[in-house]
Amino acid sequence: MKSESEFGGSVSVVGHGFEHAGRVSNDIKKTLLAKGIPEGIVRRVSVVIFEVEVNIISYAETGIIKYQVLPDSIIIEATDQGQGIADIELAQQEGYSTADDKIREMGFGAGMGLSNIKKFSDVFEIKSDVGKGTYVRSVINIDGKKDHRG
Amino acid sequence: MNLDFFVEKLELQCKCCWENLRREVAGGYVGDLLSDVIANSNSGDIWVTRQVHQNIVAVATLKEHAGIIIIQGVQPEKETIEKAAKEGMPIMVSSLPAFEMVGKIYNLMHST
Repeated sequence: MKSESEFGGSVSVVGHGFEHAGRVSNDIKKTLLAKGIPEGIVRRVSVVIFEVEVNIISYAETGIIKYQVLPDSIIIEATDQGQGIADIELAQQEGYSTADDKIREMGFGAGMGLSNIKKFSDVFEIKSDVGKGTYVRSVINIDGKKDHRG
Repeated sequence: MNLDFFVEKLELQCKCCWENLRREVAGGYVGDLLSDVIANSNSGDIWVTRQVHQNIVAVATLKEHAGIIIIQGVQPEKETIEKAAKEGMPIMVSSLPAFEMVGKIYNLMHST
């Protein structure tokens, strides 16, 4: 199934606002479903957006999440102005975390965020400058072979 | 098997969204690490957790869970119930610990 036309959007996220976690992903999820994107694809996009949203809230002062729906794929880009990641390889290892107590009290900080984004993406890219911020790009193919029932 | 079946059999205290207790339960998941629940639970699951803050509603909504069961008789925060009511996500409380709760749910799901 193909989307009716190319479209997208951009949302800014403010750091530390745990009470709003999930709002961006929930809004975009509703938009994508309304546009007729298949449910399985929307679920994967929602997970990726949720995790980048939580990362911005946890580690940055502010950030922007952009998504673009193309005929064959959905591209998600998150750019934040935050503390950045010193060792990107290590940060992608499941279980590695730099989360503080506040983040852990919120149920996050298990060291699974980046690996979840990778798991639910077809293409995953990350760049980071310590003290400046982090950029994450995820591509999900609309007719992708990865199948996550959840 | 609907949520209201579990509410009755397990004497769960429902905190909100009674109108959604007819939801079909497809399976279950237990966990307190939100990213683990995000990675491994499925839509239609009944989620058993000890977490009480409002992020559980965000995760359950994201994963399209049937509902959330909070264990050990712990009460959800006020903001959690408000958010759940807004999202239509039923929250139920049990006095049992997770191991017993999950065992009972598993038996009910696999005995009929």
